[in-house]
Amino acid sequence: MAALTEPTLPVQPLPPNDLEEVTPDDLVEEGAPGASEDHMLIAAESYEDINVAIDEQYHRGKDEKDKTKNEIEQSARELSIDDRSTTPSDEGRETPKEEVSSAEGKDRSNSMLGNRDRPQHVEEECYSPEWRQRQKHVFILSEAGKPIYTRHGNEDKLVTTMGVMQALVSFVQDNDDNIRFMIAGSHKFVFLNRPPVILVCVSHSVCFFCFHRFMIAGSHKFVFLNRPPVILVCVSHSAESTQQLLLHLTYVYNQIISVLTFSQLSKIFEKKSNYDLRRLLTGTEKFLDNLINLMDRDAMFLLSAVRCLPLASSVRDIIGQSIAQCKAKDLVFAILVGRDNQLVTVVRMKEHSLHPADLHLVFNLVDASTSFQSAESWTPICLPKFNSNGYLHAHLSYLDEECSACLLLLSADRDVFFELSEARQKIVTRLNKYNCLQAIRESLAKGSYKVAQIGIPDLRHFMYKSKSTAQYTSSELEAPYTEEGERHRLFGMYQYLHHRVHNSARPLKILFHVGSKETMLGWITSGFELYATFGPLVTKPAAINAINKLLRWIKKEEDRLFILNSYTY
Amino acid sequence: MKSIEAKIVVLGAQGVGKTSVVIRYVGKLFSKHVSPTIGASFFTFKMTVDDYRVKLQLWDTAGQERFRSMAPMYYRKANAALLVYDITCRESFENIQSWVDELKKNVEGTIIMCVIGNKTDLVSRREVTREKAEQYADSINALYYETSALTNDGIQEAFLQVSLSLIKLSQTDKSSGLTVYDGSASLLNADGIIEDGIGDMNNHRRRRDSEDSNNASCCS
Ligand SMILES: Nc1nc2c(ncn2[C@@H]2O[C@H](COP(=O)(O)OP(=O)(O)O)[C@@H](O)[C@H]2O)c(=O)[nH]1
Ligand SMILES: [Mg+2]
Repeated sequence: MAALTEPTLPVQPLPPNDLEEVTPDDLVEEGAPGASEDHMLIAAESYEDINVAIDEQYHRGKDEKDKTKNEIEQSARELSIDDRSTTPSDEGRETPKEEVSSAEGKDRSNSMLGNRDRPQHVEEECYSPEWRQRQKHVFILSEAGKPIYTRHGNEDKLVTTMGVMQALVSFVQDNDDNIRFMIAGSHKFVFLNRPPVILVCVSHSVCFFCFHRFMIAGSHKFVFLNRPPVILVCVSHSAESTQQLLLHLTYVYNQIISVLTFSQLSKIFEKKSNYDLRRLLTGTEKFLDNLINLMDRDAMFLLSAVRCLPLASSVRDIIGQSIAQCKAKDLVFAILVGRDNQLVTVVRMKEHSLHPADLHLVFNLVDASTSFQSAESWTPICLPKFNSNGYLHAHLSYLDEECSACLLLLSADRDVFFELSEARQKIVTRLNKYNCLQAIRESLAKGSYKVAQIGIPDLRHFMYKSKSTAQYTSSELEAPYTEEGERHRLFGMYQYLHHRVHNSARPLKILFHVGSKETMLGWITSGFELYATFGPLVTKPAAINAINKLLRWIKKEEDRLFILNSYTY
Repeated sequence: MKSIEAKIVVLGAQGVGKTSVVIRYVGKLFSKHVSPTIGASFFTFKMTVDDYRVKLQLWDTAGQERFRSMAPMYYRKANAALLVYDITCRESFENIQSWVDELKKNVEGTIIMCVIGNKTDLVSRREVTREKAEQYADSINALYYETSALTNDGIQEAFLQVSLSLIKLSQTDKSSGLTVYDGSASLLNADGIIEDGIGDMNNHRRRRDSEDSNNASCCS
């Protein structure tokens, strides 16, 4: 194995001390690991739906903006050593206008906003599962103030809350000013109106309406997403940034569209503005619950990418071919998904690609219900990114006794169940003949891969997204991240890292974060996003060295970890 | 021996126990944690009744309001409809009546109707009397059975009678749309029923997510 001593570099090694010289374009020309011209999925960026509203935020206040820019440039140059001694104002600067509008001065505003996003905060929280659930509350109400959904408790009991929320939102909407604040009791509400989004921060930690049950010291962040005819509200005590919470709300909104379609939703409220939408959403609560829970632990939403089930490319090819050969009328997408939201393959009509956000909703549908395990099912589903005004009709079935992989055949025709059922039977026969289902079961049983396999000491875990294919891969979570609480903490760290590298007027390309329990590195190029976790003592050069090695490993394994060629009808 | 193929649609409000009844019958089991049906589920079942091999194709519908517009897809070609309500929930009984009206309006051929009052194990909470339901069933010329998917009461009987009615229909009404053809003989057991297998989808599956609790009742 001489090749191992003299590896061919898929990417340029990083010069340890001058990262600025590694331009993303160099890397792309070399071919980012897992890159492909294939159009199975739409290459989506994180926050693509909410960028406009957020970016503006950073350009408000001239002085603040310049300061921000300087700091960021500098930190990029210095590899942004973000140690734990960074001052709180470090974060406060990212939402300068809110800070400005907080009449009570700097300290207060820091406690209100600054701490929310701080990794210290993440690391120091106590993480009982119950408490964690309570960290985030999600409500949906109609513009008329009628409750539609609540994550905790019962909507009926929250009618007053919903009414107050709605009053708050109209208060904000009626004002031309972009920023308003209002004091109600001991709370200060700061509003930022960026149609169609309204951001609200509440600056004091006293019981608010019915939320006292999960209120703990510290402040809560309220995030509103106004998507007429519904308003979504997130009240969070977690470390997530406003964008991340908005992303959650956007997914929750899309989940509702997926059930009702946008046109149906608007028509209902046009006819009757105080309609009780819960009637139409019966049975949908568990999908909303599941989605919100998934977003608290699965990185696919944050990364706007999907994770593939590792499979030899020859096996995946046979699967793709087998599915592609069984055509049926108006079949638009065939999606095969393994346990734990791992994509096996997508076969599609040539002219259509799938958006990862739509695929996430499909995953959630399969993940949240065992109903499909007992029989073949037939259900309308709207994929908001594909067409928010119409349904596709989904034939769902598991392909084997163990329910290891669920096949969805999505057609534009509502009368083709039996045709699809036949196609499914043929697919099963073929996949069994070539032992593909066996291969899927084996891969599922084996799990992802241990980071030790890569042979990089000190590397504990990583997530790598290939941007061109909207797919990501990550190693298994191993010690010290086997405990639920530690896993969640690490996930919070990744959210923080993600937030920092994405979230500024000029995004950081590389961030090296030294924490007390681990050191993390985030790196964005035009071809990929990489988030890696090391032991706390790793040095910068060692980490960079490791990353180069890691990229080579991913390149070597890319056929197995990513879907680089897809099949079409 | 003849073979007959029939389509059955199961209608009723969400939570009355449609899926539980079907799974009890087809899969021989009951799960407290049956997941609410999404859209509709398709089951097949084969059995032998009298001199007939009967193949049932069952559409178990979701019963939620938003799927209502999809319902014609399932009942249009059905030979029989099971109209399930929950005996502890008056509203679910009223829901049955609206289904009957809809069937009468939209189904052209003959459709055998069977009203099923489910959850008899919860008899202490009964809201719909047997007399009232039977009377109603009579008035629409439907069969009537009370069942419990939990204790497996009455379900075999209901399906047997529906099958017998289907056979009768195929003999008397040539335009019934029922597929009848000659097939090979098979043995009968004491009940006159032999289950010789479960359809394409095996329903004995291990449940992945056992704590899949949900909608306990349509009246909640
Ligand atoms: N006690 C009792 N509960 C039942 C019975 N049948 C169904 N259930 C419960 O009623 C709920 C709804 O059942 P399901 O079959 O999903 O109803 P569907 O929506 O009509 O399909 C579940 O929690 C079942 O466990 C029954 O005969 N007795
Ligand atoms: Mg059901």
